[in-house]
Amino acid sequence: MSTPEKSSAQKIIPIAVAGGTPSTPPASPTAAMIRTLGLVSAICGLIIVGAYQGTYDAVAANKRIATERAVFKVIPAAKSISEFVALPGGGIEPRVDAGDTALAPGVVKFFAAYDAGGKLAGIAAEGGAKGYADTVRIMFGYSPECQCVIGIGVVSMRETPGIGDKIITDRNFLANFNALDTRLKGDLSALANEVKAVKNGTKTNPWQIDAIAGATITSRAVGKAINDSAQALLPRLVPKLEILQKAQKS
Amino acid sequence: MHDSAFQIFVNALLANNFVLAMFLGLCPFLGVSGKLDTAFPMGVATTFVMLVASLCAYGLNLLLTAFHLEFLRLISYIVIIASAVQLVEMVLKKYSPGLFRALGIYLPLITTNCAVLGVALFQTAREYDFVQSVTFSIGGGAGFTLALVLMASVRERLQLSNVPDLAQGTALSLMLAGILSLSFMGFAGLGG
Amino acid sequence: MSAPATWDEFMEGIWRQNPVFVMVLGMCPTLAVTVSGVNALSMGLATLFVLVCSCGLVSLMRNIVPKEVRIAVYIVIIATFVTVVDYLIQAISLALYDALGAFIQLIVVNCIILGRAEAHASRNPPLPAMINALGMSFGFVIGLLALGTVREILGAGTLFGVSLFGAGFQPWVIMVLPPGGFFVLGAWLLVFSWWARRKAKRGSTQNA
Repeated sequence: MSTPEKSSAQKIIPIAVAGGTPSTPPASPTAAMIRTLGLVSAICGLIIVGAYQGTYDAVAANKRIATERAVFKVIPAAKSISEFVALPGGGIEPRVDAGDTALAPGVVKFFAAYDAGGKLAGIAAEGGAKGYADTVRIMFGYSPECQCVIGIGVVSMRETPGIGDKIITDRNFLANFNALDTRLKGDLSALANEVKAVKNGTKTNPWQIDAIAGATITSRAVGKAINDSAQALLPRLVPKLEILQKAQKS
Repeated sequence: MHDSAFQIFVNALLANNFVLAMFLGLCPFLGVSGKLDTAFPMGVATTFVMLVASLCAYGLNLLLTAFHLEFLRLISYIVIIASAVQLVEMVLKKYSPGLFRALGIYLPLITTNCAVLGVALFQTAREYDFVQSVTFSIGGGAGFTLALVLMASVRERLQLSNVPDLAQGTALSLMLAGILSLSFMGFAGLGG
Repeated sequence: MSAPATWDEFMEGIWRQNPVFVMVLGMCPTLAVTVSGVNALSMGLATLFVLVCSCGLVSLMRNIVPKEVRIAVYIVIIATFVTVVDYLIQAISLALYDALGAFIQLIVVNCIILGRAEAHASRNPPLPAMINALGMSFGFVIGLLALGTVREILGAGTLFGVSLFGAGFQPWVIMVLPPGGFFVLGAWLLVFSWWARRKAKRGSTQNA
């Protein structure tokens, strides 16, 4: 509805501009209304487009820096990254249009991180699950060598300050992600063991996460986020690792 | 996101109540919650406008995304909401004068209600699909109505009780809202 | 327009008609983003920019806008400047943009701005209109800071990110959660009405 309105407004502008000084009393109320609305839309349109163009580079740079910082945090050895998508059919390809455009359903976005020598240092991907207050979105780093998660960072959350937000600061909790086992089954169809947060102090296996006492729901959300994202991504990714190894060299 | 429609509804209604947890639509919440008789129609009218706004915003967003005009999103949302409110007003006036008399005076107020624009902006930011958007707006509207009705009932009772002069008026309403908000925090984690 | 009148115009928004404490307008951003001093200040400055710019433009156009479409024109103008501010904040700091969330865009429906445009800017020349808007915005910034700093000190034990009480402080977490916003604003209103009443009482005893 608004787009045709905009375009008709654009057509009126020349008339409005040619139609004498703005202070001339309007010939008829309807014409005056349309003329004014056209003039206002034109001015506002110019201002918005100007602001958008003027800040475009800075915003894009900021976004890139933020992503790089998040990836470097979860994969300490990383020095450069490139963006990929895993397609529903099983293939992976570089993501060319790295804008804000939404991904098609079933497509998973991830980052391949390379160390100083251009060797694949790890894979970073995002995941989300419902926490205590709202969705907890995290980024985790996966190392193909140990087939495990080697670090996590929080992308966004609204958990209770002082309780749920310990997932960023609690050392014992973060120690879970030094080498969280995410091996695949023999036929590479799914994870060998479901990643899951267990009650504080009951962790017995390397694929379990020792939850923070008093923040079990938030801890569980982190576990579910990693599990869901890894289940979707790793079975498609692991067979194609050589592509990523080569991607940097070419 | 893969939230089911039910989760979204319960969330918008209780755990992330628009008024008490997200602070949307506080002006009518503080202004029109004096009497139960006015609070309920206001809530229903707002819910209805939220639903219309959500539908319009969903369609508009498809259009804007298709033409890569995302930077016009805010300005076109507000224009379409204002037009939708006008349209609803005119249609009601013509076809249902009774309902118009009951809701009419609230409709212009609703244009500048953050909850309405909030629905449109949040559903876009969270990339809800059609069904999710509709449930989200109905849940949000129901949550708004619930908060308004609860507040009005409490305030009606308080008229009969002895309140220190100093705390009369807005200060008292805010304290009440704080307590309501505190109790709504108990719903957190629900529908997960 | 003489200098004292301009000064009055400016001070009106800060004190006598303070948008937060006296008129209780624009509550949504006031309560939602004031969990810390930095957020409160940035929100206040963003609102200041929108308010001053849109009042200036509205005032410039006041003679050519027909009465019937004025609200539509004002809303479009306000939405324009909000979009500008939205991109500016994204360009300055993404972290800040995430912290303020959708509330930057919700400045559009802040009643203060439409109220000022309608009640003042549409009837006055650009300069007084912008000065009045500036005063109003400073009043709004002060209100936001009063809430933001109190909530940050009580709820996190910090002020503008600097720790005040050392590690032993047990933060009063409820203050940075939604209920805390209602409680702190309610408490400020109590303080103000107590102060106004005391002043009125003193004035009447002096007269007698």
